[in-house]
Amino acid sequence: MMNLTLKIWRQKNASDKGSIVDYQVSDISPDMSFLEMLDILNNQLIEKGDSPVAFDHDCREGICGMCSLYINGEAHGPDRKVTTCQLHMRKFKDGDTIYIEPFRAKGFPVIKDLVVDRGAFDRIQHAGGFISVNTSGNTQDANAIPISKHDADKAMDAATCIGCGACVASCKNSSAMLFVSAKVSQYALLPQGQIEATDRVLNMVQQMDEEGFGNCTNTGACEVECPKGISLENIARMNREFMKASIKS
Amino acid sequence: MESSKTENLDKEGVTMKHTFSSTLDSKEPKGPIAERWTKYKNEINLVNPANKRLIDVIVVGTGLAGGSAAATLAELGYNVKAFCFQDSPRRAHSIAAQGGINAAKNYQGDGDSTYRLFYDTVKGGDYRSRESNVYRLAEVSANIIDQCVAQGVPFARDYGGLLDNRSFGGVLVSRTFYAKGQTGQQLLLGAYSAMNRQIGRGKIKVYNRHEMLDVVIVDGKARGIIARNLVTGEIERHSAHAVVLGTGGYGNVFFLSTNAMGSNVTAAWKAHKKGAYFANPCYTQIHPTCIPVSGDHQSKLTLMSESLRNDGRIWVPKHMKDAIAIREGKLKPTQLTEDDRDYYLERRYPAFGNLVPRDVASRAAKERCDAGFGVNATGEAVYLDFAAAIMRYGKEQAFIKGLDEMNETIVRELGKEIVKAKYGNLFQMYEKIVDENPYETPMMIYPAVHYTMGGVWVDYNLQTTVPGLYAIGEANFSDHGANRLGASALMQGLADGYFVLPYTIGDYLSNDIRTGTIPTDTKEFDEAEKSVQENINHFINNKGSKSVDYFHKKLGKVMWEKCGMSRNEKDLKEAIEEISLIRKEFYKEVMVPGTANEFNEELAKAGRVADFLELGELFAKDALLREESAGGHFRDEHQTSEGEAMRRKEFQFVSAWEYKGEPKDAVLHKEELVYENIEVKERSYK
Repeated sequence: MMNLTLKIWRQKNASDKGSIVDYQVSDISPDMSFLEMLDILNNQLIEKGDSPVAFDHDCREGICGMCSLYINGEAHGPDRKVTTCQLHMRKFKDGDTIYIEPFRAKGFPVIKDLVVDRGAFDRIQHAGGFISVNTSGNTQDANAIPISKHDADKAMDAATCIGCGACVASCKNSSAMLFVSAKVSQYALLPQGQIEATDRVLNMVQQMDEEGFGNCTNTGACEVECPKGISLENIARMNREFMKASIKS
Repeated sequence: MESSKTENLDKEGVTMKHTFSSTLDSKEPKGPIAERWTKYKNEINLVNPANKRLIDVIVVGTGLAGGSAAATLAELGYNVKAFCFQDSPRRAHSIAAQGGINAAKNYQGDGDSTYRLFYDTVKGGDYRSRESNVYRLAEVSANIIDQCVAQGVPFARDYGGLLDNRSFGGVLVSRTFYAKGQTGQQLLLGAYSAMNRQIGRGKIKVYNRHEMLDVVIVDGKARGIIARNLVTGEIERHSAHAVVLGTGGYGNVFFLSTNAMGSNVTAAWKAHKKGAYFANPCYTQIHPTCIPVSGDHQSKLTLMSESLRNDGRIWVPKHMKDAIAIREGKLKPTQLTEDDRDYYLERRYPAFGNLVPRDVASRAAKERCDAGFGVNATGEAVYLDFAAAIMRYGKEQAFIKGLDEMNETIVRELGKEIVKAKYGNLFQMYEKIVDENPYETPMMIYPAVHYTMGGVWVDYNLQTTVPGLYAIGEANFSDHGANRLGASALMQGLADGYFVLPYTIGDYLSNDIRTGTIPTDTKEFDEAEKSVQENINHFINNKGSKSVDYFHKKLGKVMWEKCGMSRNEKDLKEAIEEISLIRKEFYKEVMVPGTANEFNEELAKAGRVADFLELGELFAKDALLREESAGGHFRDEHQTSEGEAMRRKEFQFVSAWEYKGEPKDAVLHKEELVYENIEVKERSYK
């Protein structure tokens, strides 16, 4: 069992200035998840009539992409290839002080405490994150176009992005290139995605820029902190796609 | 319709009576089953494209069902408003589905067909689903795969570039398509991409971080909803010509389940309170392969995909002394020889072995653990072992590569690689949670609440008993009867949203082309908003002494212990009383901090738990009524001498409940289930 000091970012709403507040939690089991530890803190606060710490979470199995948190200076905390909800307290030790902050970026304004608005990611997808095919079901047979296993697997690797925003939070430029390139790559690697490839990459990149995300300077921090291990290779692929599209258009 | 009837049921010589109010009309088309859907589509009314833009549709929920419906309705030209409580439609809990999606493509040439998928689904559901709906589902299943591939969903492929399949529980063919262990994610992102295209065109307006808190009925028709903006706390009115609920299941009534933390019954329950009948609430799926509970702090349970049962073998020690030694940490599972292990599924069900349906596998695990053979500290876990699969794959690889098949180290390493390629993400997830390496030591698993077959009653059109109110996906009671087969939930969600609802709703909306925009400044909206506001005010002003979670956990404990994997009359009667008491205490003692006009998660949770506290009671009432064992509903009183579920012919009906104030006062309506295309037999997987 562990006793911990938590230094948590509290901010009432988007216009509040916000500050770090100290809390103590005790009897934390190493088998708890990080969010279960915060549940315990919140329960203490509620029973005292205080306002619980707001944080985003939903599936608690690392796939919905809802949870965020910047823990001791790292998106999703010290463990690798996990989201905050999969981070377990066995990664900490008795007496530790843990800093918990929201994902910080111009493109992700704080809503309350640790909750941020990632609507910019949705808007980038609206700009071109799709293949224009009606959902009538009257398409060709699924096996009509064979796709090499290699390409299909690569597309799948890119498609596993959960849209959590850790890449942006980890980047000193607040760049969203890893996120955007994962979607661009998924479609670029598949024959179905070729038809609209030019417009897609141009529109998505334009929207990304308008949302206030910075450029990529190849530090690779995003790849390290990505809970799904999305590769930097995707950014290179997006840059190639973008270059090709820019020359064409 | 309305006259009250009494039925006499023979129960081992004792005459038992239960009353029901009416028999529901499923509105199924007549004629040969294979022609019904086509005939239906040919005969319904359509709305012309110019008129569609005069019609508004609200879709609540953006998972596979809601997301695919919103996208398709928008493509057709309707004005769609889509609502989700998450911060983006992409986060709906369909995203967590792991294993796969069924489709009768017969790409493997192993004898699959539309009829066989239909047959397996009806049998798997223990003959408690509606034939016409299930046949339609099987019929459109192949289109789903075509559609998803066209959208760029990266399904697994083999080296020839064609789609790969795996096998799932309760069937004898390989018809499951998959994208690693993240099939739900990929399908949902496909539906989300189709939504994005329509959002970009202005045909869908998305309301993220919004929660539906009531449905508004005008002149007997669903004409809108009241929603709360979860960021600002503002109560909003939204009108439409029809309302579609794709709001998922109610597994969180158990507190601990594999559902997401936010998954709730509120939208469906509010619809129920406004006149939609709620069907078969007691049909719950307890999934056999979940990570066992580790302690009181636990907030949710994690599923390990059923696909693991393709290669994993389930066992417990054969001898009690070994089980005790393992529980005390004095013995390791890997130290037990083959002879000292009991592969109980292979022993009891040789034909299907580890791939029996979920309800059968779950009960078998409980049976062994109740008998004292459980393998973790709490005695509630069994092993899922990959050692044999690793060696089998390893030998194959060694042979292919021309390496020494007798060298155990080489074989094991090669085998691990194959298992990693197939299930790597699941193994990693397990290791992160349990802190044990499943490549080296068997996984521990135990059943957990996963899916609810019951839900809002709908007819063949997917319309509820309220005109203009539709329910799709897990939110309706639909196609899975008393037990859902693996890889069928994704199929049903997308079938409803892409291919069924867009047709059936058109027939209804064809009467609304001259209606014009539905105003929201009417007394019906006033009243609905007022009651929502009063409820919120109650929670905020209550200032009790206990958190929402306290009550949710208390409810969950009653549900799990008395309405869980096996149920009996005594427990169920107690559950009804206990839940009703918890509900009273909840309204008196609940503490919701903060105000109504801000981001306030405790307030949102309070509303959801209030509805679970009503649903739970109806759930127990339904389980009490159903004096038989069918699929996921197992009554101790009705089992064979071998402990298998015993169905009863008298209960070959859907129980659909009408709200009448207290849940225990709900009135029963029945839909008789008729099987013309499948012979109703004892379900055997031996």
